[in-house]
Amino acid sequence: MSQRQPRIEGIAAPLPRANIDTDQIIPKVHLISVTRDGLGDGLFSEWRYGPGGGVIADFVLNRDPWRRAAILVAGPNFGCGSSREHAVWALQDFGLRAVVAPSFASIFYENAFKNGFAPVIVGEADAARLAAIAQDFPLDPVVIDLERGRVRAAEGFDCAFEMDASRRRDLIEGLDEIGASLLLSPRIEAFREADRLRRPWVYRATG
Amino acid sequence: MAPRTLFQKIWDDHHVAELEGGRHLVAVDRHVLHEVTSPQAFAGLEKAGRAVRHPELTFATNDHIVSTDVARTDATVPGGETMIKAMRRNAHAHGIQLFDLGDVRQGIVHVIAPELAIALPGVTLACGDSHTSTVGALGALAWGIGTSEVEHILATQCAILTRPKTMRVTFSGTAPAFVGAKDFILALIARIGTAGATGYAVEYAGEAIAALSVEERMTVCNMSVEAGARMGLMAPDEKVFAYLQGRAYAPKGEAWNHALAYWRTLPSDPGATYDAQIAIDVSQLSPQVSWGTSPEQTIGVEDAIPHPDSFDDPVRRRAAERALDYIGLRPGERLAGLAVQKVFIGSCTNSRLADLRAAARIVAGRKVADGVRALVVPGSGTVRAAAEAEGLDRIFRDAGFEWRHAGCSMCAGLNADKVGAGERCIATSNRNFEGRQGPGARTHLASPVMAAAAAVTGRIADRRMLQELSS
Repeated sequence: MSQRQPRIEGIAAPLPRANIDTDQIIPKVHLISVTRDGLGDGLFSEWRYGPGGGVIADFVLNRDPWRRAAILVAGPNFGCGSSREHAVWALQDFGLRAVVAPSFASIFYENAFKNGFAPVIVGEADAARLAAIAQDFPLDPVVIDLERGRVRAAEGFDCAFEMDASRRRDLIEGLDEIGASLLLSPRIEAFREADRLRRPWVYRATG
Repeated sequence: MAPRTLFQKIWDDHHVAELEGGRHLVAVDRHVLHEVTSPQAFAGLEKAGRAVRHPELTFATNDHIVSTDVARTDATVPGGETMIKAMRRNAHAHGIQLFDLGDVRQGIVHVIAPELAIALPGVTLACGDSHTSTVGALGALAWGIGTSEVEHILATQCAILTRPKTMRVTFSGTAPAFVGAKDFILALIARIGTAGATGYAVEYAGEAIAALSVEERMTVCNMSVEAGARMGLMAPDEKVFAYLQGRAYAPKGEAWNHALAYWRTLPSDPGATYDAQIAIDVSQLSPQVSWGTSPEQTIGVEDAIPHPDSFDDPVRRRAAERALDYIGLRPGERLAGLAVQKVFIGSCTNSRLADLRAAARIVAGRKVADGVRALVVPGSGTVRAAAEAEGLDRIFRDAGFEWRHAGCSMCAGLNADKVGAGERCIATSNRNFEGRQGPGARTHLASPVMAAAAAVTGRIADRRMLQELSS
């Protein structure tokens, strides 16, 4: 990411289902690729399109204005299942920048940050209310204020979300995690030197 | 020193640095790659001009996209050839050992890592696949990662982790006939839900775990992620050491003795504490089968499918309604007796020799029922060869099963091994999600014994039927 992202603002699409798994987010047929690009067409493809390829008109991301959503409001345990990072890439390629949900599966949660995509945790009741607001007031933007750690929406909706300050900063400033870890190379090397003496068999991995 | 858990000991021995926000830099001893989640990581690495830091600690295979057809080539699965060749190119360019198609050591990452002793007690092992916890059965700390993390580990041989809380799940009692490792873990998931262990490293313990073979223990650790946990592990014991000794990448000679002395220090100390504890008495379990589209939607085979109204939580209630609609069942129905059209024995959950033996005992001398297509997909070329050496392939083939080559097959559903829309499949794999085995496919998760019984009777068996089949 090159641009600062202090807030995420836009139309929010309600999809208040529990356990939305990564097989639903990006069905496997779209994994047959060696790049990260162009996955938005496959986002939720088994919910967006019928078996013959016809558009399922009443699915939320096929309807106006939610087809232009920047934020998805989902149920608990979002992103469970397969570790495929393609799920985050597909959400982003579709134009989404955040998911608000009561909870996330661990691997998805980590994958999101690595891509500057915001996994925003709010309470169950707040998530349900936000989904209802997104349904009833679709044109009123939802704001995820990463600096203050709050979600705001129509009807005076304003709630805190749960995210460590350092992770909010990473989303705002962009993240070069590998670069940061490589700065720790002397410590990594010191660990390895000591460990080679302690557990030498680990380093003689020959078949 | 205060008593420590198995998890804590491995964590302490791999901790490199504390970062911000409760995150830590942790050394990775073994990094295992496959063709679906690694190509973008290599592309990122090369774009940034970075090298693979420890190719000698990195291993790769082609397993997800590959065909399991006996006449397979790189090109059998449309689009797969590009991915298989990218894995080959990346492994070659960076000096990484690849277990490729045509090599007997090729197979599902989580089957070959322990079988080749790439995974060892006390090591940290990461792989871009959510079922990496499988090898926790050896006493390794193993977890699944995304592609950005694959790239991070390639570049640094370290991972960034939020320190998980610890949970101990104790399986006590003696398992009744036809109840085993798969039933243990399905029962746990049904009890605590698919997010019940989110944020935890789970240690499985108890007499019922000790009684399992090492391969069976892998089935338990495998499905940790279906309970929400990235990591599931077990204390290494004499069974584990006997399992490992002499395997390809196991320490040899003096190194073996050195390692063994260290491994014996790993089990949790008496008095070590956990953030959460759960106890399950396996003597009370019956064979478990999933009824819905989430692994937590699982019941004993003779139990009635719950009514959606029995769930207090409205989101869970709607999920149950949606699942029943998709799977084509009604509340109150029983799974026993339900006709199936497909049977899949395979996947990183249940494709090891112990699984194939358990299934073969039911199948021996019988025929696959009319109207059923049944597949056995051994987890690796090594498993396949060992099964053939003891004649298991003959039992399956004589019965009318397809005897396939190793790969993820009908679990990942990436190749041609799929279940048709509206078809019912009993599968030894780990996910019954909508569309997982093909659009509209109806998946029932169960053990190899249950899958074998369904293959030869055409229906999901109850215990009485299992008794008849094994007498």
